[in-house]
Formats: sequence, C-alpha cells, structure tokens
Amino acid sequence: MKVLIGLEDGTVMSGRSFTGPGEAVGEIVFNTSMSGYQEVLTDPSYAGQLVTMTYPLIGNYGVNDEDMESSAIHPRAFLVREYQGMPSNHRATSTLADFLRRFDILGVEGIDTRMLTRIIRNQGAMKCVISTRDLDGESLVRRAREWSGLVGRDMVAGVTTEAPFDWQPDQCGGAGRRWRVVAYDFGIKWNQLRLLSRRGCDVRVVPATTPAEEVLALAPDGIFLSNGPGDPAGVAGVVENVRSLLGKKPIFGICLGHQILGLAYGGATYKLKFGHRGGNQPVKDLTTGRVEITSQNHGFCVDPDSLPSWIEVTHINLNDGSLEGMRHRELPAFSVQYHPEHAPGPHDAEYLFDRFIDLMQEQG
Amino acid sequence: MPKRTDLKKILIIGSGPIIISQACEFDYSGAQAVKALKEEGYEVVLINSNPATIMTDPGLADRTYIEPITPECVIKVIERERPDALLPTLGGQTGLNTAIRVAETGILEQYGVEMLAADIDVIRKAEGREEFRDAMKRIGLNVPESAIVHTLDEAMAAGEEIGFPIIVRPSFTLGGTGGGVAYNRRELQELCTAGLDLSMTTEIMLERSLLGWKEYELEVMRDKNDNVVIICSIENFDAMGVHTGDSITVAPAQTLSDREYQQMRDAAIAIIREIGVETGGSNVQFAVNPADGELMVIEMNPRVSRSSALASKATGFPIAKIAAKLAIGYTLDEIKNDITRETYAAFEPTIDYCVVKIPRWTFEKFPEADDLLTTAMKSVGETMAIGRTFKEAFQKGMRSLETGRMGFGFDGREDMTALDPDDLEIGLTRPSSRRIAFLFEALRRGMDIGRINELSHIDPWFLHNLRQIVDKGEEIRQRGFAGLDPEFLFEVKQYGFSDVQLAWLTGTSEDDIRDLRVKNDLVPAYKLVDTCAAEFESYTPYYYSAYEQEDEARISDRKKIMILGGGPNRIGQGIEFDYCCVHASFALREIGVESIMVNSNPETVSTDYDTSDKLYFEPLTREDVLNIIEREKPDGVIVQFGGQTPLNLAVPLASRGVPIIGTPPDAIDRAEDRKRFQQFLQKLGLRQPDNDTAHTLEEALAAAEKIGYPVVMRPSYVLGGRDMRIVYNEEGIREFMAIPGMAGTEHPVLLDQFLKDAIEVDVDAVSDGRITVIGGIMEHIEEAGIHSGDSACVLPPHTLSPAMVEEISRATRAMAEELGVVGLMNVQFAVKGEDLYVLEVNPRASRTVPFVSKATGVPLAKIATKVMMGMSLAELGFTGEKEVHHWAVKEAVFPFDRFENVDTLLGPEMKSTGEVMGIDDTLGLAMAKSQQAAGQELPQSGNVFISVRGDDKDAVAPVAEKLVHLGFHILATRGTARRLEELGIECTRVNKISQGRPHILDKVQDGEVQWIINTSSGKRTTEDSYTIRRAALDFHIPYTTTISGAFSMAQGIMALRKQEIGVKTVQEFSKDID
Repeated sequence: MKVLIGLEDGTVMSGRSFTGPGEAVGEIVFNTSMSGYQEVLTDPSYAGQLVTMTYPLIGNYGVNDEDMESSAIHPRAFLVREYQGMPSNHRATSTLADFLRRFDILGVEGIDTRMLTRIIRNQGAMKCVISTRDLDGESLVRRAREWSGLVGRDMVAGVTTEAPFDWQPDQCGGAGRRWRVVAYDFGIKWNQLRLLSRRGCDVRVVPATTPAEEVLALAPDGIFLSNGPGDPAGVAGVVENVRSLLGKKPIFGICLGHQILGLAYGGATYKLKFGHRGGNQPVKDLTTGRVEITSQNHGFCVDPDSLPSWIEVTHINLNDGSLEGMRHRELPAFSVQYHPEHAPGPHDAEYLFDRFIDLMQEQG
Repeated sequence: MPKRTDLKKILIIGSGPIIISQACEFDYSGAQAVKALKEEGYEVVLINSNPATIMTDPGLADRTYIEPITPECVIKVIERERPDALLPTLGGQTGLNTAIRVAETGILEQYGVEMLAADIDVIRKAEGREEFRDAMKRIGLNVPESAIVHTLDEAMAAGEEIGFPIIVRPSFTLGGTGGGVAYNRRELQELCTAGLDLSMTTEIMLERSLLGWKEYELEVMRDKNDNVVIICSIENFDAMGVHTGDSITVAPAQTLSDREYQQMRDAAIAIIREIGVETGGSNVQFAVNPADGELMVIEMNPRVSRSSALASKATGFPIAKIAAKLAIGYTLDEIKNDITRETYAAFEPTIDYCVVKIPRWTFEKFPEADDLLTTAMKSVGETMAIGRTFKEAFQKGMRSLETGRMGFGFDGREDMTALDPDDLEIGLTRPSSRRIAFLFEALRRGMDIGRINELSHIDPWFLHNLRQIVDKGEEIRQRGFAGLDPEFLFEVKQYGFSDVQLAWLTGTSEDDIRDLRVKNDLVPAYKLVDTCAAEFESYTPYYYSAYEQEDEARISDRKKIMILGGGPNRIGQGIEFDYCCVHASFALREIGVESIMVNSNPETVSTDYDTSDKLYFEPLTREDVLNIIEREKPDGVIVQFGGQTPLNLAVPLASRGVPIIGTPPDAIDRAEDRKRFQQFLQKLGLRQPDNDTAHTLEEALAAAEKIGYPVVMRPSYVLGGRDMRIVYNEEGIREFMAIPGMAGTEHPVLLDQFLKDAIEVDVDAVSDGRITVIGGIMEHIEEAGIHSGDSACVLPPHTLSPAMVEEISRATRAMAEELGVVGLMNVQFAVKGEDLYVLEVNPRASRTVPFVSKATGVPLAKIATKVMMGMSLAELGFTGEKEVHHWAVKEAVFPFDRFENVDTLLGPEMKSTGEVMGIDDTLGLAMAKSQQAAGQELPQSGNVFISVRGDDKDAVAPVAEKLVHLGFHILATRGTARRLEELGIECTRVNKISQGRPHILDKVQDGEVQWIINTSSGKRTTEDSYTIRRAALDFHIPYTTTISGAFSMAQGIMALRKQEIGVKTVQEFSKDID
C-alpha cells in the first residue's frame, strides 16, 4: 500500500506501508542503532515523533515479551528501508508488523532512509505527515507546516503513570541492604526500574506532577528522575517540585530528568538541530578521562553556559562537545543526558546506577 | 596523553608470502601501520619476505628488509638496527609466532627492545588452548570443552566430561584422514579406536561439537586508558563447523536482538581486558545456540586479522592505522576520524547498508581434493559487496566472485533441474564451494525453508531473503520483457538482479535491458561509506552503488583516470596485480590526475579509501563498471594492471566507446589470438614451439605425431594453465580428449611441442610506443613445463650467455614495437640449447612486476602508468636497463598442506598462492634465503632421501655427489640407488612402501630423513611416490620435486656452509644498481 511522506521543508517521498492503512503527524527523527528497534518503539521519549532507522533492515529478529521498555509503542510511525517479515530468533513471539498493528502504528518501508537522514541532518528534526490516505504531496507538506510541533509542548502528561505503583522486580537484587527510591515517571523506561531493582532498590513510581511533599512523605533514600519526551520547558510544575527536593534527598536524573534538574538549577535548555539518537555516542567522563559508548535519545540539551558555578560538568559528548552530565558541587544530585540504562545500546554507563547507590549510602 | 617520545625506531614484522589464511589483508594492515607511524615521526624498520607487497616498497618504511621471517633473521635485524620497540601484531600469525620465538631468546631484553601492543604473556594467553580456557572461566564465559587423549580409556573418560556430540580428530594422520562426529558412547568408542590407530602419534583430540550453532565475530579495539570500542559485528551465513574464512559472512549481525548483541559486546570487552591486550585491535569469535541463545567463546586473535581488514572496509574505520597510533601512546579520543574530520576514533561505527563477504575457492586447481569445507580454511581469496539490503549485497557479491556467475542463479550458467532430490539434500548438508548452487536449486524447487535449515543449519533469516530473490526471479520470468515497467524494474534492481540475469530471464540481451534502464533513467545511485550512517558530514569518497533515490557521488571536473582492479584473489591472480593497480594510483597522484579505483576485494591496499582519490567498491562486471563510467566520465580507463579480470572487460568497454588508455585492445587480441600471434611472430622472424589445434581425438593424435612427443595440451578457451597437461604418449592424448568438453566442441584443443629440459625466461619491459626498456630478465630455476607462476626464478639470469641475453632483449623490443605497446609487457621465452622460442606475450602487467621492481629498484608500474598518460620514457629518465650487482631469487609458496589427497608435484597448471624473494650478494645465499623464506628449512646434515623417475636418475647424480661431499648421507630406493652406485656415489638402499618394512615411511616417522628429493612422471603413477611426497608435507620435511630445484637447494646449503646469512635493506641494495 502506497505511502506518501511530506516534510515541512517541502520534501515529498514515497514508500509502502507494511502495516496497512494509516496516517501520522509528528516530528521526524532518525535513530542510528543497528539493533534494538523494539526498545526504541516502546521508549516513551519518542512520544509525538516519527522514527526512521538508519540501519536498512528492520524486523530481523521479530519482537518478544521481554524487551519492552513500556507497555505501549510511542512513536506515531516507524520508517525503514526494508521490512523483514520473517524473523529468526529463539525469543521472537511475533513479527514487527503485527506488533505495530496491535498498537495501530503505521510501519513504512521502501524509502531511501539515508536520504531522509541526510535531509534531517541538514535541515534539523522536522514536522512531517505520513499517510496512506492523503496521497497529495502538497497537502501533506501544508499539513506538516500547520502542525504545532513539539517545542514548548508538554508531552509528559500523555505518557506518565496515572497513579503511583510499586515496581515488581523481575530479578532479585541479592541479600544486601534495600533502598527506598521514588521515581518520577516522565515517561520512564522499564530498564531504569530493572537496573535500580537489581541493585537493591524498592522503587515506587509516581506521576510526573506528584508534589515534592508527597514524595518526601514516602521517606525515600533517594529520588530518581526519569527520561521522557519532548521539551523540558513545556512540562508544567515539575521544575519547581524538583527544585524544592534539592538537598533533601540524593537525586539522580536521566535525560528529561537531567534537563529538568538543569532548569531547577536555574539553567536553560535548547533544542539540538537533529538530536542524538543511537547507541554509539561517545561520552567522556571528565572525572576519570575515560570514554564510554552510550545510548542516547534526546532532542533538547542543557546549555552549560547557563549553569551556575556550583554545578560541575562531569560528562561531555566527544562528537559535538555538548553537555552530557553534571552534578551539584554541594548537594547530592547528579544527572546524565544519555541513557545509562541502555536498552537498546551498550552497557558502558551502568556504573552510574552504582554511583546513585553510593550516593544514597553516603547520605544515609 | 600525546604519543610517546621515548621511542624513536620501531620494528614491524610482516606476514611473508600469501598463503591460504594469510593473504594481502596483512599488506593492507601493515602498509597502513607503517604510514601511520611515519606520519608520527618514528623511524620504521620492516622485515617482510614478500616482494609483491606495498609495504615493502622502498619509499614506505625507512629501512626495509626483504628477508626471511625467521627468528634468526629478525634477531640479525635487531642487532643491526637496535630498534626501541617491536610491533608484533600486524604480521598475522607469522608475525606473532616469530615475535614470540624472538622474545624467547632473550634478545629483546638484551637490546632493550620493548614489545608494543601485546607482550609475550598476552599472546600466550590468547593462543594457548588451556590458558585461554582458564582465562575465559575466570570471567564467567564458556568455551567448548575439549581434551587431547592417548588411550581409549582416556578418550571415554574425557567424552563424559565434554558431552555429546563430540568431534573426534586424530592427530598426524596421513592426509588428515579419520575422525568424525560421535553422538553417543558407542560411536565415540568406534571413532577413537580407529583414530588412535590412524594417528602416527597415537593421539586424538576430542571437542564438544557446536555443529549448527550460529557463528559471530566482533572486532574490538582498546587503548591504554582502557577505553574499549567495538568496530564491527559480523554474522556468519554458514553455521559453526565451517572456518570463518570459508564462510559467507555478513556485517552487521542480522539475527541478534539488542539484548543478545550487547551480551556479546560485554563478553568481547571482558575478553580483551582479561587477555590483557594493552592497545590495538582483536578479533573475538563466538558461537550461539540457535535454540536457546547459549553463548560460547570460540577464539580470540590479539592482532589485526583478515576479519579486521574486512571490518575496516565494511565500516570505513581503519583498524590497523588506529591500532598503530594506539601502540605509540595515543588514546582513542585523541585520534580524529578521517572520514568525518570532526569526530574522534572513540566511537562505534554504525552502518546503513549490508555487507556480504563471499570466499573464493579454487578447488578446480586441485581436482583430487575433496570439495568439503571444514574448520581448516581452504579459500584463497574473497570478495565483498555492499548493498542497501542483504539481497542486493548478496547478488552483487555473487557476481564479484569472478566465477562467471552473474548473481544468485538465473544467469543460464548452470542447470541443476535434473538433479536427484537425494543428491540435492546431500548438497545442502555438505558445506562446500558449491552449496550456494544447491541452495538456489532447492529454493527454485520450492523446498521448505525449515527443511533447508535442518539440512544446512543456515539461519532461516538468510534463507527467507534468498527465497525472496528466487520468487522475484520467477516473477520476472513470468512478466517477460514487456512486463518490466519502470516501477518493477527499479524494484528488481533493488533486489540486486544484474542486467545479464534480467536478459536471461526475459530472453533478451544485456544491452536490451541496459537501454531500457537508461531510457527510464534507472541508474544506480552511489552512496557513501561514512562510519556514521550519515549522522555527520563525511569527506572520504568511498562509494557503493544502490538503486535508491538520492545519489551522493561528488563528480569533479578534474582530469581523471579510472583503474580497474583484479577482484578476489585466486591462484593465478593475486596481490601482484593489486600492487600494480596501487602503483598506478600513486603515479596518477604524482602527476596531479584524479585516480578512481574500482575493485571488490576487501583484503587489498587498492580498496583502502586512502589509496586513490575515489574508491568505488563494486563488482568488476561490464554493467557495474559501465555504470560508474557513465557517472564519472573518466578521461581514460586502465585495464592492463588488474590481471585477467579487467583485461576481459577491455573489448566490451571499448565497444561502448570507453577510452582504454595504454596499449590498444587490439594488441591484446593479437597476442592472445593463436592465428594472429603466429603471423605476428613470423613477421618478426621469431620462433615458437611447433603447435597445432585439434577438434577430435583423431586430429589430436595426428597433430601430436607431427609435432613429436611429448606435447603440451590445453583447451583454447581458458588461460592461466587450467587443464593444461604434458602428454607423453598416445594413451595420454586419449585420456585428455576423453575429458568432457575437450573433443567435439567449437573450441579446439591446443597442442604445443614440449621443449624438454629447456630453460624458461620471463621478461618484463615497459614501452612508451617509441622506445622499450627491459625492466628485468628472470631465468627460471624449474625447467619448461612448470607454470611460470610456480617456478622459482633468478634475476639476473644465472646461466644464460651474454649473447642469449642480448637476443632476448632484442626480441622483446621488436615485439613491443610491433604490437604498439604503451605500458607494460611481459614475455615468456624458452631457451633450448642455442635456440630461443617465444612462448607467450602479454601486453599488460605481469605477476613478476613487483619482484622486478624490488630487485632492481625501478617502480615499473608507476613508470608504465605515466607512459600511458602520454609521458615519454626519456622524460621519466628511464631509457636504459639497470645493471644489478646482487642476486634476487623469487620462490613460489604452495597450499598443498591445506588439501588432503593432493600431490605436491608441479606441472603446467599453476598451484602456488604466493611468493617470496631472497636477495643477497651471492647467488647461493639468495637461493638459501628464498628457500628459508618459503618455509623450507635447509638441512645442514643428516640423510637425504632420493627417489627419482628413470629419466632423472643421471641428472640427479651431480646433486647427490655434491651432497655426499657436503657430508650428507644418501638414502635411495632400489632403482635410484643402483644408478647412483654405478656412478660411484655412496648411498643406502631403502625399501619403498610396497617392498615391506622397514620402509621409507618408517624412516620419515623416526625423524631419520632431513630432505626428500622425489620426481615423478607427471601424474600419480605409483602410490608409493605420492605417499612419500605427502609424508614429507605432513611431517614438515623439506622436499624437492624437480632436479633443478634440488640443485638450487644444494647450492643454498653450500653457501650457508661458507658464510652465515646476513641481512641488508632494499634501500642499501638499490644503491649498487647502475
């Protein structure tokens, strides 16, 4: 089934749907991971986006019940060069197409994804409309331009949990001390919870708007700020909450959680041209001089020049020098822009979860 | 941290001659490393015995020793050069093993030489079976259990530990016979009983069989700050049980979910840390159980490898270059990524295409060998193809192989429709060079993917993709030419179908399809290999084709020349031709012309993105090359450097109006067409051996009668000595004509007078169309009748008279002038008595060009390139022959030990995979070095066993006499002994095997034979003589199968008696050239 793609810069490309009819409006971004499409699809940070994979063959190993990063698919459409409908893997329980159809997400193949990626690289992440119904290029481009976009919008409200819940560990964390952690869900990836849990944390996941007092009332050993979609500046009320938690309990933030910390410190965020999305981003830990290969998915970034002097930059991106990690010099709070919980991606940065445990130990 | 300043001079050990499993990938890696170290200001000393390499070019390293890679020679180099450090990880297994043996002598401590990248403990830990297993256990990883046992009881006990199925491998059996897979105790008992009996050392190895498991490789790099990155993942198409070098491989891994891939990545990182490779690259191989994902570590190579070369080409990340920089103290985050210029080497390449590597075998050269792929590598080369999909890459790979195939089936080259279903299943089950053809047939017949997977263990993912190709092929056939609408045509091109396949499927011609495509503007787009999937701007013009929307080729308006490379290595076309292509590129750069390289061989220097201004990694077929030409519109195309592959394209390209520069294609035809060649020689008054053609047995018999026996017979449509035979009698003619396809076809069989005992001479010359200068005259050591590529040769000629040398030069010049050669020309002559015969003229680069260049210090291929660009030899200052005052001996290296049941006799069919050069001030020492470099140890005392055919009995006598004089003891079989005794040469008779024990084999096994001289009448006349030769091979005893070869060995031994071997750089040798 023919699909037409219209970008706000006027580009029109065509492809085929491998999931049946559909239409989607969103911000188009590319991801350079060669594996891990199921984790990408279930990562809530992609809410509101259309994702194209730079690796051309997608679907090879199917999908399974274990590699879920949330209970749903978040991108509004998924674009690949060639869909692989005959998966081969001992864990596969379904094909990618069936998985997408189950969540009514449009899957598109047969497009020059490298061309699309180059366009995004040069023009930046763009507004885009994809449709099997509207096959008029001009109309698609016009509708893409008309869409409001993600800047300044609160995308968290759509993905955060409605009610608090306790994470049920899938693996026991050993016999050591248990830590009580409250995790703000801005669109949390389950692997963050799995890794905390494996390190002895009993995690209570709370909605993004949970007031600070309620969190403190739970008497946690530490507070975790999750990843999430969209523009941190668009998320209402959260920054103030986090600011009032500073110094009260050890805080560890990832991705959107890191950006929110940045705003809480009084800093500013800005939108990257096309973001960092993939599993091969080199990050230098300035405290050790070592390089870790990281999993990333962000379109916004904390501006290091906007940060007060009591904030130390701890990690930078080796490719573009952008800020990847920071910590408060006096208070127990640190955060990274990238995804130490990986899923998908390299495990190099898992040590940050250990640092969080150490921090709770020191403070506790 | 910047580079180390405490080091000034670094020694690199190369990998020596091209052999199976160690080919030009080490020239690629080595050349990169040498360049990188020199860039950093270090003085680089190199030892490598292989003259056909770029790395041994005198301008590359500061001091280049083309000397045998033996511990003795390396020690001599160290004593002479006093390097600060030794970098052992660039010369393959040879470099690593030699470095260990050198280190063990204590010389490194004595002279304060530091071992860089990996020290001796690291190498031992990675290479030692027990040590490696223990290391893996420590980090919680599993390796397949194995044991070496000497009794049945031990075997049964070990079997319990290992768990079934178990591979049983007897050690040291003649021809590697015996062994198998045991699925239960009873089978284990049977196999071990037989195996212990077969093994000459009563030893068998048992190993847990992982047959059918999926196989993966990761390329890992580490720097001194312990930063570790994975450069590339590779998934093998063929399951465990087939050597990775013999397996089709695909990058990146296709059927691993991220969780499984990351588990493997973690393991690889843990392994490089545990083994302790301080800096550089390593290759780690894994097996994965497809049923449950269980992971096993198979092996780890703490050095650059064939896979690292492949990974470099597959990703654009130059592993060897980076490894060299890490070795001298840089860290990954300090080294810029050449391709993006703004990012660093501390990252993991991500690719947005699919890479398929397909091995190239040459079983046709060894018809006695079983075409069965096992854990011992047998392929001699490989090709790589890049596509946006697996299907596209796979089909491109198939047509890059130079086997005449134009894709995955559908090319009319092979019809298996009559194949018995049982035979089809066997063909799927048995891994072989032919399995791809069986796969095609099975899919064409609609065999169930599950069944094919059950038989072949090839992952269903690959099979499904292949099925899609087959289904699409059938759809094309059904639609026919009229059904090729633009949309469908674009789709099938995205499936990788070639124009030839489409023509065959639609009953049209390649040009019909091409015209249809061009009319509809369906031409390939060229995409960049950029390490980063387009995330960053890239500057390195390394392209592959794909049928896609956006073309990224950046076409310049400079003057530009395209060089067509040689494709995959095979016997007869190897690194020598790549060397010439690379030199062409360097020459173009020197004169400011843009160079565009087209090649499909991932092992080579020519496909390094640094070598030429532009690189197109593409199949060398008419369609693929024309596509690039139409896009780039080069001012000229060079076809004469890449061997037969581009030469075959000369006429098809010229007919499309492509400007072929240098010698006109018609001259090539004149030299290759038998009739025209005859007339050409007659015109010049030159002689060739009597010859004739025959279509039938009767004609052949009559022709042989007229010419006189023996005659050389060959089919007219193949080159490179395939199916060439020396026939001594009528019976031989009958046998030859009975070979299918010889008699009764439109291609006649060729018969040539065999010039018995003639001396063969090879000449390389360069002509600018005005004057011709001889680059070098090489006298063969082996007599005429042995393929020139297999024969050792000496430069300058060592027995020819000055008058004959002059006659050879005159004839060469006359032929170059008559043909109108512009560029290189190679002539093969035979000298019999006072008569000079012309055997062959090739107006193109030859296999000996690099040898001549190294021996004489003249860069022939570069000069030829400039001449082709219109410069004159006078302008280039090359107007007279060089006179050398040293001796250079080229010796061939053979792959016999890789093939069971194959005889080691030499003949008119080329069998060698590579070559070495021995260079010294005396002929004897040059010969001795050439032998040592080729892996033949020159015995200094002990017993020499001589058994020669009737004709050779007198000829061998002077050798025997010399050996007795040198203090050797001669052992001989009855006939040979009788003749030697008659001639007054003392010897001891030894039984042939058929004469009862103790026989010669007993002596061989007891270590009582130090050298075997054995000649035979050309085919396997007696089992005895074959068994002896095979035993020599299996027990690593020096052996010689020609009398002339024996002479030169003896000369080498004599020279070593008089004088110890010394080492000297090629830069020093070239100083004494006038």
